[in-house]
Amino acid sequence: MAVSDARISLPDSGTSTPQVDAASAAPAAGSGTRPMIEFNSITKRYLENQPAVENLSMTIDKGAITVFVGPSGCGKTTSLRMINRMVEPTSGTITVDGKDVSTIPAASLRRSMGYVMQSAGLLPHRTVTDNVATVLRLNKVPRAQARHRAEELLDVVGLSARMGKRYPSQLSGGQQQRVGVARALAADPPVLLMDEPFSAVDPVVRAELQQELLRLQRDLAKTIVFVTHDIDEATVLGDKVAVFATGGRLAQYAAAEEILRAPVDDFVANFVGRDRGFRHLAFSTADSVPIHPVRTATESERGQRSAQQSRPPSDAAGWVLAVDDAHRPLGWISPADGSALLPGGSLFHEGQTLRRALDAVLSSPAGLGVAVDDAGSVTGVVKAPEVLAAIENARRQREGGL
Amino acid sequence: MSVPALVEEYSSDNPLVQGYEWLMNPMHWQGPEGIPLRALEHLGYTALTLSIAVAIAVPIGLYVGHTGRGRVVVISLAGVLRALPTLGMLTLFVLLAGLGLMPPIWALVLLAVPPILAGTYAGISAVSKDTVDAARSMGMTEPQILFRVEVPNGLPVILGGFRAGVLQVVATVAVVAYINLGGLGRFLIDGLSVSDYGRVLGGAVVIAALAICLDIVLAGIQRLAVSPGLKAPRRQRGDSPTGRETITAGVQGGNS
Ligand SMILES: Nc1ncnc2c1ncn2[C@@H]1O[C@H](COP(=O)(O)OP(=O)(O)OP(=O)(O)O)[C@@H](O)[C@H]1O
Ligand SMILES: [Mg+2]
Repeated sequence: MAVSDARISLPDSGTSTPQVDAASAAPAAGSGTRPMIEFNSITKRYLENQPAVENLSMTIDKGAITVFVGPSGCGKTTSLRMINRMVEPTSGTITVDGKDVSTIPAASLRRSMGYVMQSAGLLPHRTVTDNVATVLRLNKVPRAQARHRAEELLDVVGLSARMGKRYPSQLSGGQQQRVGVARALAADPPVLLMDEPFSAVDPVVRAELQQELLRLQRDLAKTIVFVTHDIDEATVLGDKVAVFATGGRLAQYAAAEEILRAPVDDFVANFVGRDRGFRHLAFSTADSVPIHPVRTATESERGQRSAQQSRPPSDAAGWVLAVDDAHRPLGWISPADGSALLPGGSLFHEGQTLRRALDAVLSSPAGLGVAVDDAGSVTGVVKAPEVLAAIENARRQREGGL
Repeated sequence: MSVPALVEEYSSDNPLVQGYEWLMNPMHWQGPEGIPLRALEHLGYTALTLSIAVAIAVPIGLYVGHTGRGRVVVISLAGVLRALPTLGMLTLFVLLAGLGLMPPIWALVLLAVPPILAGTYAGISAVSKDTVDAARSMGMTEPQILFRVEVPNGLPVILGGFRAGVLQVVATVAVVAYINLGGLGRFLIDGLSVSDYGRVLGGAVVIAALAICLDIVLAGIQRLAVSPGLKAPRRQRGDSPTGRETITAGVQGGNS
């Protein structure tokens, strides 16, 4: 058992692959940041005159997600691909776990890193399972074992084992992206390079994939370098965010929260956009916002209510939250029209951030944000003034803390 | 001596009827000069020619398709080869190298190389850049990229070129009879020399039938060899041209 596990995670132990202990050591995310990847004065010129990346120096932490974000053509992909030598820098060095990558044979370096391409980049002539098993097979893992591991990974990224027998052309874009992620994870590499992996899918699936990546990362603690041009995606995923400006200049490199709160210059401020104040709320928990009881009505109770419509509403707001038998929210019943069920707003799960709390309030027809517990049943409502007060409070605390 | 009579007796002057009668005559389906053995000889020359042509054209096509180096040279060379008249080459080679098996085979190799070379090159270079990039970024070495990714993905086009080459050679191998070798071409050459048009027509029909059978067998092999993932309808950017287009390109310029 131990032997076969070792083969999967360290299949290439005979060569000079820069295998590191990230997977086994599994450092708690955020604590003890050790450098994993270092750019030392990296410049890349494709053409003589203008550089795609200029004099880039930065350190990427081990076991964390680092996001490269920036406008189109600013050198994100170029920087990413220099890490696995898909692009060779014009000058400067890159080290991974202390080793200069230019001293490692390109093919074995690449096998030690998962790479997810923007277009998923699946091999059209191979089944999904064989696509996922590709790197394992390159590492000489026996076929049956590689297939078995591939099927496990399909499950990890939320695809049914049935999909394994299909070919890439028979999958949707989102499914292909998932296969791409599974393939990158297959050989259990300590480093994952992801180039706009979720750009080809709709916002709903994208949010889903982002959450799945975060969930995976909690277990795997890989060093992930993630490229996107979507600042929202960057702030959701990134432990640290590197904002690139046109011409391959690193404009700001900091925690996502700091980028939103304190952009260093106009370029970054413009890039993170008008909603950055609102987005920044995603970094404060709403624990201090009180949750109030709310009048609820199950289906049977609603039937009785409409039978005795004449009776005036008993509380001031008059809104009643319709729930199902498991006490999950269905919609609002307005005091003006007691029979119609208005669709509810977004839900605020307890323990979530001020951003979610505020959005729950703003999107609710009743002006009351519905709070639910992990099981999805209603625990009460949050009110706009109290959310705003909590926001103000958080701001003051930050000021005091600075 | 079981040699057929020098001039056949036919019931009609119509060459079509004569051809039919010639084919139906059981005498022509046996013995060392019968159709089956001649067909075997014919296939033997074809196989020999194609083996040599494949040994020359496929490595060059793979190299040029994978690296992109020497593309212009290969394309113009294939064009020049296509323009050469096979019968003229045959005569030239025999004059230079004398009678025997190999001089005419070399002339046929010149005919088979262009479609196989063009098909191999086109098949490899038409594999999507993204696919090759993905293979490389997963850590495949260059030979692994070529044989595990580019060849299987280019296979429809590569086999298309090969089929075009096979058809041309099978049809043209008949010319070796002109310099006293065997094969189904004997029926054409000998028939012509004694004005036995039934034999000429019958021989031509056998050659055509042989070509069709071979092509059907190759089509079956192609079906089995090409990954089902490449057959499903694909609508994606940067898609490779379909095999058919390149086959037609490969077939053009066939002459003898
Ligand atoms: N192979 C190449 N040859 C020449 N120039 C290139 C090449 N690849 C990229 N460039 C140029 O280098 C610059 C940076 O490209 P890069 O692909 O790194 O941008 P990016 O930040 O990933 O952009 P996007 O968000 O559009 O993917 C661009 O100006 C691009 O035109
Ligand atoms: Mg890019």
